[in-house]
Amino acid sequence: FQHCVQFSALLAVEQHQVFRIVPKDDVQLALVRVLEDILDLELDFWRWVTPVDVRVPSHSLQVVKTYLENHCIKYFTMIKDLQALLDEEQRQMKSIAPAGNTDTFHYTTYHTLSEIYSFQDMLVAENPKLVSKTVIGQSYEGRPLNVLKFSTGGSNRPAIWIDTGIHAREWVTQASGIVFAKKIVTEYGTDSAVTEILNRMDVFLEMVVNPDGYHFTHTNNRMWRKNRKQNRGSTCVGVDLNRNWNAGFGGHGSSNNPCSEIYRGTRAHSEPEVKSIVNFVRSHGNIKAFISIHSYSQMLLFPYGYTRKPAKDQAELDQVAQKAITALASLYGTSYRYGSIITTIYQSSGGSIDWTYNQGIKYSYTFELRDTGHFGFILPANQIVPTANETWLALKVIMDHTFKNPY
Amino acid sequence: MGLRRAIVLVALMEVTWSLNVTTIGPETVSTDASAHPEPAEENTEQKEAAAAEEDVMATGELNPNHYPAQRAAKLVQHYLNARYGSPYKLFGLKEVHSGNAEEVADSGRKYQLEISVHEIISNTKEKCSAEVFFPSGAKQLSPQVQVSACEEILKLDAKSEEQALYQQYKTNKTVRTEERLPDSYGHIDPEMTPFWHLSIVASSFIMLKESTENTLYNVAQVANITQLATENDQLKFDCHVLLHEMVSQEIPQWKLLFTWSPAEGVKVLHTEQLPHVHEFEKRAKPN
Repeated sequence: FQHCVQFSALLAVEQHQVFRIVPKDDVQLALVRVLEDILDLELDFWRWVTPVDVRVPSHSLQVVKTYLENHCIKYFTMIKDLQALLDEEQRQMKSIAPAGNTDTFHYTTYHTLSEIYSFQDMLVAENPKLVSKTVIGQSYEGRPLNVLKFSTGGSNRPAIWIDTGIHAREWVTQASGIVFAKKIVTEYGTDSAVTEILNRMDVFLEMVVNPDGYHFTHTNNRMWRKNRKQNRGSTCVGVDLNRNWNAGFGGHGSSNNPCSEIYRGTRAHSEPEVKSIVNFVRSHGNIKAFISIHSYSQMLLFPYGYTRKPAKDQAELDQVAQKAITALASLYGTSYRYGSIITTIYQSSGGSIDWTYNQGIKYSYTFELRDTGHFGFILPANQIVPTANETWLALKVIMDHTFKNPY
Repeated sequence: MGLRRAIVLVALMEVTWSLNVTTIGPETVSTDASAHPEPAEENTEQKEAAAAEEDVMATGELNPNHYPAQRAAKLVQHYLNARYGSPYKLFGLKEVHSGNAEEVADSGRKYQLEISVHEIISNTKEKCSAEVFFPSGAKQLSPQVQVSACEEILKLDAKSEEQALYQQYKTNKTVRTEERLPDSYGHIDPEMTPFWHLSIVASSFIMLKESTENTLYNVAQVANITQLATENDQLKFDCHVLLHEMVSQEIPQWKLLFTWSPAEGVKVLHTEQLPHVHEFEKRAKPN
């Protein structure tokens, strides 16, 4: 028989299995249908349009497998778990048709960088009066750094900044950024708080602060954190973008070793991904809240990370944080801790919100999303939407407080 | 359950050196309301501040939400998993209620903790008291953990599932997977889930041993797990795990050889840390 590429996963246990058969043409489909007529096999066809799903009892497994393989008919062993199936499809069938609009977009799976960029363009196209896209710079490898602006008009209104994906491997953050974007356009006009805010303030959302790193986590190393800067004089790649800001830069809680995951870079703002945000914030001049989103640990943090000296506004930041995490917990009971970075998680120097706070952006916060270590960075896709939804409630508390407490 | 030979568990306390132990006061937070923010470009001032802020060891009553108590409490999770974990029993730290730290003259630091522990699979919670001791000095001894008032959660019965799995794999099944557990998308084949749990349990021995007051470990991913021939009625496995250390943000990689049976639990036979992989080497390709 022909030798062909085998797609089946290794079967660990010989019991009945569900096969998803993917005939590539009518000839193959007809060959599959032949199996139905062989009663001894006791096959149970669940689905007859391509792909064909069939439950195969254990006594027929070998026969069916051999038959399919002999004819080079592609098949997967399915797991009786629909979400797992969707993930499997997403992963192995690159030919899946991309969503044509943000209503059919799959929020419940992880996306590639190009899919996220397409989403951004679709959202702008569907909501031209509310959403626009600005390219604030280029990554080290030359990718555009896109920021979505949500605005109902005015000129240089006070604004709220939200960013996700500064660390590449924290996939639930970029995925949540997509959900937040959709939330804003959906809730403007339907949610009174969001509507009030957007009538007077703008929201900026950078979904992928670190596109080179994010791309790398898809193609090479799921655990990559930093950007993809080639460090001079070293074989090690990458700078930790959240140690590169000009706040306590070079202090404890970052490293001067390019091989370290918390390597700070050659100087503050050396990295284009950071510099472009710095330039944006400075030239905008009217940002009132700056929220950076990370995973994991389930925390809501405020400055400082580089020093134990409390932030001038610590009491207020603490109070707002408590309110925000209470709102977050109201949805699924997910519990968050909160406090300053240096007391709650660890000392870290050169972090984004320490810099923004020192620039005078009072409501500077960092989130660490789900979970607390069981899955860690590899949070199952079915937790994306619940995570984003609960986090959105916390974000709204911060945004609402910012809106009602102008300074 | 019988006693297990493990890498860590009740080590001998050796005191062969003397330390300059500086007396450290309790964590204080100054509330100087008139403090002005650092001028943005005054980085030298900030850098000095950051440099001066060495990790001050908190002593006395601890804030349960801050990292010192949380890091110590995490060790209780690793200890419980190493000691009592199984393919169907896995513990997580749920909450720290209170904590206290003290210097133990010339030998280390001791934490007393009230925590809530969570058995993940049955989704049950219980309050426990624990003591965690971090030995000091150059010798890198393992921390020690003692737990009390935690009996219910440890008595949770997963015997029938464990027996079924054990019987299934004892004779002819072979678990062999190159797949990451979980994969990049967080997915695990339900059939592989018990082996993911087993790898976490085995990794807990390492995480317990390697922990200090300046680390926080979790298992990031199981790169692969292979079943070897059953030996002395113990299922035997070889696995490659990626750990995540929160403070350094590093991903240390370890290979482990371990056995398991319902009667004996997990016993780790051999561990080996793999060298840090740089991009151009591409030896173990975490994906």
